[in-house]
Amino acid sequence: MNEIIDPRSVDRPNSYIGKSVPRPNAKKLVEGRGQFVDDIALPRMTHVAFVRSPHAHARILGIEGAEALKVPGVLRVFTGADLSQHCDPWVAVLAHLKGMKSAPQRPLPLDRATWVGEAVVAVVAETRAIAEDAVGKVDVAYEPLPAIVDMETALAPSTAVIHSDLGDNLCFQRVNESGKVEDAFAVAHKVVEATFHTGRHTGATLEPRSVLADYNRASGKLTVYHSTQAPHMMQGVFAKHLRIPEGDVRVICTDVGGSYGIKVHVYPDEVAVAAIARIMARPVKFIADRLESFASDIHARDHRIKARMAVDAAGRITAIDVDDLTGIGPYSVYPRTSAVEGNQVVNLIGGPYDFPNYRAKTTVVLQNKTPTCQYRAVGHPIATAVTEGLVDLAAEAVDLDPVEFRRRNLMQDGTYPRTSPAGMKFEGLSHIASLDKLLGMIDYPGLRAEQDRLRARGIHRGIGFASFIELTNPSPFMYGIGGARISAQDGCTVRIDPDGSVLAATGVTEQGQGTEAIIRQIVAEAVGVPIDQVRVITGDTLTTPYGGGTWACRGAGIGGEAALQSGLAVKEAALKVAGAMLQAQPDTLDLVNGEIVEKRGGQSRMPLAELARIVYFRGDTLPPDLPRELMQTRHFITKEYPFAFTNGVQACSLEVDVDTGLVKLLKIWCVEDCGRIINPLLVDEQVRGGIVQGIGGALYEHCIYSPEGQLMIGSMADYLVPMAAEMPDIEVGHVETPTKESLLGAKGAGEAGTAGAPAAVMNAINDALKPFGAKVFAQPFTPERILAALGKVPVTWPGNAGTAASR
Amino acid sequence: MSTDVNVTLTVNGERVSRRVEARCHLIDFLRLDLGLMGSHTGCEHGICGACTVRVDGAIVRGCLVLAASLDGAQVETIEGVSDSGEIRDLQDAFIARNACQCGYCTPGMLLTAADLLKSNPRPTREQIREHLAGNYCRCTGYHAIVDAVETVAVRRNGKAAP
Amino acid sequence: MKAPPFSYVRAASLADAFKLWSAAGPEAKLLAGGQSLLATLAFRLSEPSALIDISRVPELTGISQAGNAIRVGAGTTHAELGRHELIHRHVPLLAEAVPLIAHPAVRNRGTIGGSLAFADPAAELPACCMALDAVVIARSARAERRIAAAQFFTGLYATALGAGELIAAVEFPLARAGERSTILELVRRSGDYAMAGVAARAKVSGNTLAEPRLVFFGVGDRPVAAKRAMAAASGKPVTVETVAAAQAALDGDLEPPADQHGSPQVKRHLARVLLARALKRIAGVEEARAA
Repeated sequence: MNEIIDPRSVDRPNSYIGKSVPRPNAKKLVEGRGQFVDDIALPRMTHVAFVRSPHAHARILGIEGAEALKVPGVLRVFTGADLSQHCDPWVAVLAHLKGMKSAPQRPLPLDRATWVGEAVVAVVAETRAIAEDAVGKVDVAYEPLPAIVDMETALAPSTAVIHSDLGDNLCFQRVNESGKVEDAFAVAHKVVEATFHTGRHTGATLEPRSVLADYNRASGKLTVYHSTQAPHMMQGVFAKHLRIPEGDVRVICTDVGGSYGIKVHVYPDEVAVAAIARIMARPVKFIADRLESFASDIHARDHRIKARMAVDAAGRITAIDVDDLTGIGPYSVYPRTSAVEGNQVVNLIGGPYDFPNYRAKTTVVLQNKTPTCQYRAVGHPIATAVTEGLVDLAAEAVDLDPVEFRRRNLMQDGTYPRTSPAGMKFEGLSHIASLDKLLGMIDYPGLRAEQDRLRARGIHRGIGFASFIELTNPSPFMYGIGGARISAQDGCTVRIDPDGSVLAATGVTEQGQGTEAIIRQIVAEAVGVPIDQVRVITGDTLTTPYGGGTWACRGAGIGGEAALQSGLAVKEAALKVAGAMLQAQPDTLDLVNGEIVEKRGGQSRMPLAELARIVYFRGDTLPPDLPRELMQTRHFITKEYPFAFTNGVQACSLEVDVDTGLVKLLKIWCVEDCGRIINPLLVDEQVRGGIVQGIGGALYEHCIYSPEGQLMIGSMADYLVPMAAEMPDIEVGHVETPTKESLLGAKGAGEAGTAGAPAAVMNAINDALKPFGAKVFAQPFTPERILAALGKVPVTWPGNAGTAASR
Repeated sequence: MSTDVNVTLTVNGERVSRRVEARCHLIDFLRLDLGLMGSHTGCEHGICGACTVRVDGAIVRGCLVLAASLDGAQVETIEGVSDSGEIRDLQDAFIARNACQCGYCTPGMLLTAADLLKSNPRPTREQIREHLAGNYCRCTGYHAIVDAVETVAVRRNGKAAP
Repeated sequence: MKAPPFSYVRAASLADAFKLWSAAGPEAKLLAGGQSLLATLAFRLSEPSALIDISRVPELTGISQAGNAIRVGAGTTHAELGRHELIHRHVPLLAEAVPLIAHPAVRNRGTIGGSLAFADPAAELPACCMALDAVVIARSARAERRIAAAQFFTGLYATALGAGELIAAVEFPLARAGERSTILELVRRSGDYAMAGVAARAKVSGNTLAEPRLVFFGVGDRPVAAKRAMAAASGKPVTVETVAAAQAALDGDLEPPADQHGSPQVKRHLARVLLARALKRIAGVEEARAA
């Protein structure tokens, strides 16, 4: 078995791992020559628009499409009844989330609409504009039903039950407990507690959800061009629910204009499109527009968390106790389920810290609002905000500097492997080294001195910290064991072509984060060819090894490892042939820069292209029994750890205008340990992008509902996403603690920024407001909420609640 | 008066004559009528900036301009300014700095950056952020984009005044 | 979000515009910059039968000095307004306001006539026009009407324009010696519609303000001239006490709605803050931080 090349050896040719190599697919993107789903036009292509429910909960009494069908250019009108003849419903539960329940869901509902924006009727026309014209002419008769809109009362006996077959509105509940929490609180030196809220928000991918499905009745094949993160998974979903053999379904994922978890779920309206293509045997395209995206893309992070922390006289955390409530939609989302976010909250709170007693309960309730599911950093931003918010309160209660409090309580470096009180297995983390590195990047005493100076002038700056852990490289313990056909393994096929160039086909997908780039780097280094000789294909279920796609930060750690192993296997195979051709032992040869060379001395013996020519065209000149497999496939799955946990720490410097409640972000720093870094440039930009996405939830983004369940945001003027003028520069640093689960040693990095940013921002705001004794715990931290905390305007829902109680 | 209108305009230096639906905005005209897919829509109500293209030398929201109103106009899209080489240095800087991730906002972002450097050859980072404040990017968090634009400005015109 | 179908025709002159408009009937709308109208149509909030494109009507273009006033054609884009020498010299409040309007690409198409006719209560230019005592020149097929800005904005997205009437131009008095003006707005993000804003103008001698104009936007269904606050500030030096008195008087001027930014009390509070900042800035008084 060939050894891993040390990426720090910069003199080695083909040592691409660890280098900031530019992305090969960036050139076409900067020239506007990518291929997003909406760029694809097929002959006789049709377009879909949906009639969407204006009610949060209503019985569908009747659907009349006659007037719509009269509009010139309209082809068909489909109802839930029409599609149910061709499409089986799904139920989104996971067996290992005990007791979880959800109702069957169809592409279009049969008799009830259960959230504002749910697709109820599909109109198919020659253009999207005509389809929209016709949507206005479909007549749907509704009988409004009571809408469940308040998660706090969703389980009250007097509250109507959304799905009577389920008995109540409880989707999932779990208590994660270890140690003796009550005892610890009883004897605590100090107890701090707060009620946190994270506001429901959504991904707002710039390229909306996009799908183009085409069914060829003659061949029985369904081809779906899909802006998705997991094409193989979608292949299985379309096959299963449309009753088509899996081998007759091809999903092709070309360029994706942002996904962040939003595009890894099964959307009923997208399944409807595939069903319609099956029925009409014509290409059917659906591009969600921005208005319908707000109501139909999955939402996330709608939580109320009551939490308390006990500390002893030495300033050590002794216990954490958490009551998490989250309101999802009327259905759990398929196939990952909408209980995972709450489950991760109770698995991740307290994660970085060394303390013995833990209890965390999550209650996941159904509501008549847009369904929720996994969105970048799933549960982490919530868990980190709760943990780090309690940590700052505790530090204040025992009169310790927040950094010093963390230093005393973080799991020490070198004490791994170990398991957290929440039951998470850590192979190796670097909390202290990361904290030290962060402090080296910021001038902490300088920031504090400046804070004091400016306070005297009435300018209020704050510094906030957030330590965090992040789960990456998921094993089947995340979904597979629950019965979901979600692949935690991945594969890569590497092929040497006759000209000596290399093709790598991978089951992980490109979403803009740089998958093609890192696979190319890894394969080039593993095989031993110049990087520009390597081409990568991804996203096509027909031409790539079966894999899981992109989610939970698995591309580098799992996809990359498969690429590394298959590249090394191809090199080994090539050297076997070379040995035969050169009358030498294969282990005296190497493949470097596309040349077969002598290991000792480095003398070039022949170009790889020559070897390939012989294998492919002059096989007669080789020993008859010689294996000549210049194409190798390897798959990788993690072995010992359910997740490869990473760690990091962020700091945020900001200024609060205490007259207006507006927050000005000054600078953010992040140290991230994601194991072996394949491409520092790509990782840093993932961290930066993730941080800004986290800031969105912390300061701006909120899917607000009326008491009747009407979604109050419908445009980019209502739904505020972070834009360039308000965002700060972000400095990123790294510590590298590789995982031993793989040769590559890479963990994931894509979600870390989002995990820590809201907590760092919250703690910085509260640090700025310290002279006023004001605190905020409800995201987004709007000017109104900050002014309310300062007592300058009345408190409206939800109120801020934070106390540091001492005994 | 008709719901269909004849227009003749120049797109990326090429004269184009079409009959368009009055309601068709410039981006749909470019994409559906002319097959120029580089210009994107992200919101269709003028806020996200993905649709930024150039009309008669000025950047506009393509989703808020009717193709019908552009008779005689000169339209430039990302394809045109790429092929002409006008923004080659910006594009190279975006690649080198990884200021383009998914690429969906990039055409609009590049045209807006080019517009900035036309009117302000030595922008501060704050001025770069302000000029790009109407272009939504979800992937990068903007820092890399600011770096790339700043690099190009300095290379072209020297450092900004502090 | 495709617009509903409509007919389209382009007017070659003002007379042509009125002819086409009359022929098109009452369901037709005028299209200038389209930055508000086309967004409205994308949401299908309106279904006009026809759009009459007046963006190339020559009589609606141009900025010129006419006696003691600067005349701005209604078709002037925000970008043109913001870079015109006459505006910088004689109507500096507008030059200060333009960079706050949306973003460069929108400013290249949006027009002052469109902004005033659309009358978004959180927009900058309507409030500036009121603060500057501007006059809207309205034209119909038969007549011209001069409407003082103070009378022009009549309600939520509503103006004093009658049927068949369009804005031809806006006239602004030349800034007088000793006059200072400023526009301040509070926004979550650059270019957003304001949570609250104020367009302010006054004659300043020392730190005393005379004839102050304080017009708030984003705090009601239309821009609000804060008459009580103006009276409290008029003829007085800008001190902590007079600012406080003006803030107290302001409460009687405003009846703000709740919106996505918060309760009415939030807007009242922000308006008070803006009032203090505007008075101090115009008077050139050092911003003293209140606890």
